[in-house]
Amino acid sequence: MLYFARWKIYSVLTVLLAGLVFVAPNFFSESGRSGFPNWMPHKQINLGLDLQGGSHLLLEVDVQAVIQERLEGLESEIRTTLRAEFIGYTGLGIGDDDAVHLRIRDLEELPKAVDLINAQASVLRTSNFGVGIPDLEVNSTNDGDITVTLSEEAVQIRAAAAVAQSIEVVRRRIDETGTQEPSIQRQGDDRILVQLPGLDDPDRIKRLLGKTAKMTFQMVDQKTSLIDALAGRLPPGSEIVEHDSDIDANGDPVKYVVERRAIITGEMLTNSQVTTDQNGQFAVSLQFNPTGGRRFGDATSQNVGKLFAIILDDKIISAPRIQTAILGGTGQITGNFDAQSAGDLATLLRAGALPAPLAILEERSVGPGLGADSVAAGKIASVLAFILVMIFMLAAYGMFGLAADLALMINMMLLAAGLSALQATLTLPGIAGIILTIGMAVDANVLIFERIREEIALGKTPFASVDAGYKRAMTTIIDANVTTFIAAIILFIFGSGPVKGFAITLAIGIVTSFFTAITVTRLLVSTWLTRSKPKVLPI
Amino acid sequence: MILIRLVPKQTDINFLRLRKAAFGLSGLAAIGSVIFFLVLGLNFGIDFRGGILVEARVETGADIAAMRDSASALGLGDVSMQEFGDPRDVLIRVEQQIGGEEAQQAAVDAIKSAFAADIGNVEYRRVEFVGPKVSAELIRDGILALTIALVAMMFYIWLRFEWQFSVGAMVALVHDVFLTIGVFALTRLEFNLSIIAAILTIIGYSMNDTVVIYDRVRENLYKYRSMPLVGLLNKSVNDTLARTVMTSVTTLLALLALFFFGGEVIRGFTFAMIWGVLVGTYSSIFIAAPVLIYLGVHRGTKATSSAKYVGAERVEEKEPEDATKTSDAADPKGEA
Repeated sequence: MLYFARWKIYSVLTVLLAGLVFVAPNFFSESGRSGFPNWMPHKQINLGLDLQGGSHLLLEVDVQAVIQERLEGLESEIRTTLRAEFIGYTGLGIGDDDAVHLRIRDLEELPKAVDLINAQASVLRTSNFGVGIPDLEVNSTNDGDITVTLSEEAVQIRAAAAVAQSIEVVRRRIDETGTQEPSIQRQGDDRILVQLPGLDDPDRIKRLLGKTAKMTFQMVDQKTSLIDALAGRLPPGSEIVEHDSDIDANGDPVKYVVERRAIITGEMLTNSQVTTDQNGQFAVSLQFNPTGGRRFGDATSQNVGKLFAIILDDKIISAPRIQTAILGGTGQITGNFDAQSAGDLATLLRAGALPAPLAILEERSVGPGLGADSVAAGKIASVLAFILVMIFMLAAYGMFGLAADLALMINMMLLAAGLSALQATLTLPGIAGIILTIGMAVDANVLIFERIREEIALGKTPFASVDAGYKRAMTTIIDANVTTFIAAIILFIFGSGPVKGFAITLAIGIVTSFFTAITVTRLLVSTWLTRSKPKVLPI
Repeated sequence: MILIRLVPKQTDINFLRLRKAAFGLSGLAAIGSVIFFLVLGLNFGIDFRGGILVEARVETGADIAAMRDSASALGLGDVSMQEFGDPRDVLIRVEQQIGGEEAQQAAVDAIKSAFAADIGNVEYRRVEFVGPKVSAELIRDGILALTIALVAMMFYIWLRFEWQFSVGAMVALVHDVFLTIGVFALTRLEFNLSIIAAILTIIGYSMNDTVVIYDRVRENLYKYRSMPLVGLLNKSVNDTLARTVMTSVTTLLALLALFFFGGEVIRGFTFAMIWGVLVGTYSSIFIAAPVLIYLGVHRGTKATSSAKYVGAERVEEKEPEDATKTSDAADPKGEA
């Protein structure tokens, strides 16, 4: 056990050297590190949000809304098609089972109706045989009942697309705010984890993420009075929409009847900026793409003197009267804006609409003050723990304790190097993991040293005692470390955020302490033994 | 140089004689823990209960009474406030709001604007809210993690030792988990995600301790084939006592440094760890070892004991034979 082959000594030294190289960047400032040669690692330990301050937001995409939207679209397509073909039906609607139901009056017309509905399907993907696979499943009974559902695959594909698109929009919105180094990741099926280092007050971002930002321009239906519409005499092509901020005499939001057909949608925008109108009020300027510009031009020239509504997320934010035809491909939204709300709207319109609403499931924000305090407290506690344990080991095992202390220092260096190299995140519980490692790392050495003492008591020579001590303690050390390692791995898998940080430092700590306690102290002790050949072991 | 010895060179303490008392004590403590847990329940943090947690600092010193008045006027239900490690700092907990995720957010905003009006300049050092969906999942994941960790370790011990050891270690671990949960129910300390992490670490630590003793039991079983089991267990505990104490002391030293200087946020976690190290060390000696008496450890059958005792001289002597028998070790039928 005490003989070291030359190559083994070199490998130990190589590991130590690699450790030094990886830990080095932590001692230099950014400018110092930029002077490093290319082959050297530049990465410092990654501090978690709880230590550097920042916000952690867990968002959920309302996938059900996307499905609902497709079903509603389907319902209205079915209505239009069947009416156009003069096929009588009853009970058209969306059930709780996420299916569109209807009953055809005349059974003779059932096959034709089924065909017409099948034609509404969009192609999901092309099968291996080149046949398009539809996204709908249409079932009918002999009584004339028809049930239309989205196929399971269609639901999955739509949901996945909605989440992917949401991540893209979230990224653009956050980028628009100029937040440094945001991390936006998908988590699970329908969640997005947003981490914003250095941002202690994420109010603006939360406000931005809380809006779907679906914008449309729709003509106000001035042929239908609101009273008729509210009484149920609403033409199929119109809908009632509330105003976002205007309220009537009763304090209820003002309602308008608007045409369902959108002149302009958010996708037709190429840019939007905060501006001021002729009265010096805040406004948002819009720039349309060629299609949008043409449609807006046509609509405004045909409807001079009429009202149109600018609708954002099912609320009217402004309903201006068309004064003249606007042909330049630009527009402007005025309303009850202040600098902040105008800025937010411009940002939202630039970044595009979310395919579905987002809900914030969890928020954890830590201010930079608390983060810095935690780092400072962690430093004091670590250094103190380190010194206490070192003194104690020295007092208990003398020379051997010194070897263990040296191993502990190397262990800390390797642990820091491992964290830097793996770019694992160091969190506050992670610091606790390091301190726990300090306490437990010496366990392997304690096991060995106690064993050596026993072997000496049996009357063995110093060399034989040390040799046997290492050999016999080994199984115990392996068993003991494996069990703790199991705990660390399971914590890593199931833990979230800071707890994961604890698991990773614990796991790296077990590996490095195993290495240093077994190899480094053994190397030190064996070198000392072969050089000084003591008659009695000072332990 | 004079070295400290916390434990004398040769000890012969009859730990096993105390086993009935220890079982009684631990049994009572475990039952007590269950009762505390059922009657008092745990003071769940927002991780598991959902709700809002705000750590606020008022530079001029926090007037908790005024802040409580200001927040309670909002009608947010149960709002608790306590000083948090410093007279300037207040920890505010608000129960989960009815109305899903958005309602939590609205409550945070309401508190902030109420303080802005009534208290003045407040620094928000930490704002956390956990919605009902996430808290339910965190509970599920926590229980799952604890269960899987226990099963994984039991399996490892079964693989490396015999089933009796695996059961013994499990009894000790479950004991540790019960007592830790019990102390949290009794002290009303907040039970949050980091406490689950602490319990998992306690399990790891206690297992570590148990394994060291079991390793020695295994070795002694082979060395002293005719020694009565009680005496053999006693000897094994005594043989490893110096190490057990030394490691507990170094770990406790480190944890105490963390407890006193690591800051308020981590204090609950550190408390759980310190408690766990004490309970874990106790259970390894007084539960894990004596349980083996009642489970009846197989001894004398050559196949199991020689194959499993790795690292001793006798194994070296018949190394080739040992290698062929290692496969028996993992096979429980080999013991029959």
